[in-house]
Amino acid sequence: MSDVQSISFERQRIEHLELKNITKRFPGVLANAHVDFDVRAGEVHALLGENGAGKSTLMKILYGLYHPDEGEIFINGSPVRIASPNDAINLGIGMIHQHFMLVDSLTVAENIALGLPSSRGLLTDLDVVSARTEMLAKKYGLLVDPGAYIWQLAVGQRQRVEILKALYRGADLLILDEPTAVLTPQEVDEFMETIRQMTEEKHSIIFISHKLHEVIAISQRVTVLRNGRRVDSCPTAGCTKHDLARMMVGQEIVMPKLTTPPKRGEVRLELKNVHAQSDRETPALRGVDLQIFSGEIVGLAGVSGNGQAELAQVVTGLRPATQGQVLIEGRDMTGKLPGEIIRCGLAYIPEERMRDGMVQDFNISENIILRDHNKDPYAKRGFLLHRVIAEFTDRLIDLFHIKTPSRETPARNLSGGNIQKVVLARELSRQPRIIVAAQPSRGLDIGATEYVHNSLLEQREKGAAILLISEDLDEILALSDRVAVVYEGRIMGILDNKDAERERVGLLMAGVHPD
Amino acid sequence: MKNFLAKINNSKYFDGFMPVLAALSALAIGAVMLLFLGVNPLVAYRAMWVGAFGSSNALAETIVKAVPLLLIGLGICISFRAKVINIGGEGQMIIGALAATAFGLYVPEMPGWLVIAMAMVAGFFGGAFWGAIPGFLKAYFNVNEILSTVMMNAIAVQLMNFFLRGPMIDPNQAELLSKIPQTARLPEAYHLARWLPTRLHAGVIIAVVLAFVVYLLLFHTTLGYRIRAVGFNPDASRYGGIRVRRQVVIALLLSGAFAGLAGAIQIYGLNYRMITDGSPTGFTGSAGFNGIVTALFGGLHPLGAIPASFFFGALLVGANSMQRISQVPSAFVIALNGLVVIFVVSSALWQEARQRKRRIAEVRDDSPPPSEPDQATQDVSV
Repeated sequence: MSDVQSISFERQRIEHLELKNITKRFPGVLANAHVDFDVRAGEVHALLGENGAGKSTLMKILYGLYHPDEGEIFINGSPVRIASPNDAINLGIGMIHQHFMLVDSLTVAENIALGLPSSRGLLTDLDVVSARTEMLAKKYGLLVDPGAYIWQLAVGQRQRVEILKALYRGADLLILDEPTAVLTPQEVDEFMETIRQMTEEKHSIIFISHKLHEVIAISQRVTVLRNGRRVDSCPTAGCTKHDLARMMVGQEIVMPKLTTPPKRGEVRLELKNVHAQSDRETPALRGVDLQIFSGEIVGLAGVSGNGQAELAQVVTGLRPATQGQVLIEGRDMTGKLPGEIIRCGLAYIPEERMRDGMVQDFNISENIILRDHNKDPYAKRGFLLHRVIAEFTDRLIDLFHIKTPSRETPARNLSGGNIQKVVLARELSRQPRIIVAAQPSRGLDIGATEYVHNSLLEQREKGAAILLISEDLDEILALSDRVAVVYEGRIMGILDNKDAERERVGLLMAGVHPD
Repeated sequence: MKNFLAKINNSKYFDGFMPVLAALSALAIGAVMLLFLGVNPLVAYRAMWVGAFGSSNALAETIVKAVPLLLIGLGICISFRAKVINIGGEGQMIIGALAATAFGLYVPEMPGWLVIAMAMVAGFFGGAFWGAIPGFLKAYFNVNEILSTVMMNAIAVQLMNFFLRGPMIDPNQAELLSKIPQTARLPEAYHLARWLPTRLHAGVIIAVVLAFVVYLLLFHTTLGYRIRAVGFNPDASRYGGIRVRRQVVIALLLSGAFAGLAGAIQIYGLNYRMITDGSPTGFTGSAGFNGIVTALFGGLHPLGAIPASFFFGALLVGANSMQRISQVPSAFVIALNGLVVIFVVSSALWQEARQRKRRIAEVRDDSPPPSEPDQATQDVSV
């Protein structure tokens, strides 16, 4: 036991760690705005929020991977500077990343020893490391064989190695970034037990998650972040799932109202019993049936990761359907190339607009023609007509109020809101018959969000069939003529706008039928 | 003054000089090595200069050396723009040369200009075929193109050795004991025009014209647009309806085609027969590798490749003459070339870092942080 302690240097234990007034800006995005956060010894403090709420940024600041633009970090009341992960480790902060940082071809002990000085100078001291590791493992119930190779271990065991690695380096405070995302239910139970062990030993734990029931089960306090801001912090004991969910998605912007009833026309987009797999080759869609008519907006609500992204990709031809049919205006377009589907008049505002919607190194003109670069009027006989393209781009910059020094500016120099406007300009100027808009206002400021909403409503008036995918329930409820709720790759129910109350939709989102 | 220097340092145009600076630094380190060898660097570099530019003949040799570098460099511009790393210029050049040579030797007699034109086409398609194979493997079977193009080089070298020692061997050599691996000489009528008495041949015109063609291709055609889009962002390209795999094959195919053409021009402009010394680079003289450096030196821009190829041609020719005159070991010449390559390639990284820095600075200037009212907390209690 004394062995273990000898490694934790002569510094204070972390009794109380505070982040005060942390602000972090990225080009065009305010990732953290004046966030306060603190954690005490022996406590699990959960950090809750949607994707892009700023959880990871905040923790990366604490771990020295990013530097805050404003704000300070205090340990036991005195300010500290964390310039690198090395500083963080020396202060007793450990981070377990979502993606493990282990060398597969080395043993557990070798991974733990990696980067640490050996007690024998130039010779390795793996036996010492193994002995200490086993001791730690016993103490915290993290049973792994120090001699085993990482590639032999299951995911849950690898995670234990990561935790052991941090504990071995004397971490008093552990940051767990969505630790349960990769675990099976049984592994989750064991993992929860480990956390309890660690808090009994007076370790501090920061638990990042967006799974509400886990947060409620394990944490003493919870802080909710939304759009980079701290919404609230409260003791977990007094919170229900419901409260937390509301704080997470919350309402922030004045939503537009559907003023006119939909001028419903013919069926433009139809999905029949569509099945598809996720990137990890697990079933993501399990029989989706959905019809979208001309002149209406159908909102697809659901907790993140229930198949929304895959659904959009199947419709747009970017992901194959393993079963079922996608019909566009009555024609079977299942398994057709994205290019062919585009030609049917489908516009797609992708969720990952930086990755999928834009070629960052292309300028605005070049991005504007991404969909139609080889068609009249942009090209003739294989040659690009730069003058036509330039005129068209200038018109769109004007029309969509894109703020940019010129059309020659590379897309990567634009702010998030303006990038989304370029995507909108491109997609909506094609006179789309069907629009798939995935998280169209995520990460945008208020003005840009309203702009996006109004553009969608305008297209609805023009008779486009619109599928609006969003994790922002307020956005869905405000804009949708009908609300479809997706849960585990199936449509749980479709409600008309007037029947779509928060409670009912919320229950459906959780996989519960209200009746 | 300080401000002025800072301004120069921060300007975009400074980036263009960085490869030149890098090359000069490499020569400076070479000078130190020369001192250790007991050779006066000034004498050695003077010999180099004179060897490369000192006479019309020297200049002609420099350009002759530059032609295959330029052609291969053009192909590299295309493939690297698609983020396809073609290390197979050597093999593609060999196959192109083999195809072109075979055409000239075995096709029944025709007017010279027609044979030359068709031989160029044969070389083009030979190289294209050799490039398309790894392209296809990468696009449809996810085979790493660096690995496969290098392997294709090895296969091409052995094919060349087989043909030049066997089926295609010069009948005269076949009777001799020496059996030098070379083909018969092409008839006079099939030779590209030359500016006598130098060895400068019309291939240089073809190469420079093609540089402009590749420029048009990359920046003014839809194909070039697709190739660049795929190189920058395959996900967005797919989203935009571009068939990404097809562009990968096309990029490697075109890249190989230019190398094949370089091989054909080498035969019809310079050697008039295919000949090797049995070593892997015996025919190409490493042009397939140096072409990559040329393209990088020219900023992967086809027009930039013109001066870049000239520079490397001069370096290669000048280094040979330096070796002859100042009696430095041939290993030094190789080391010097290597130094220049390393410096130039690393300057590309430096350039990238500078661009990134500028970009961040620009963004900072452009967009003030969004001012947002702190109203998030109020609406929670809905």
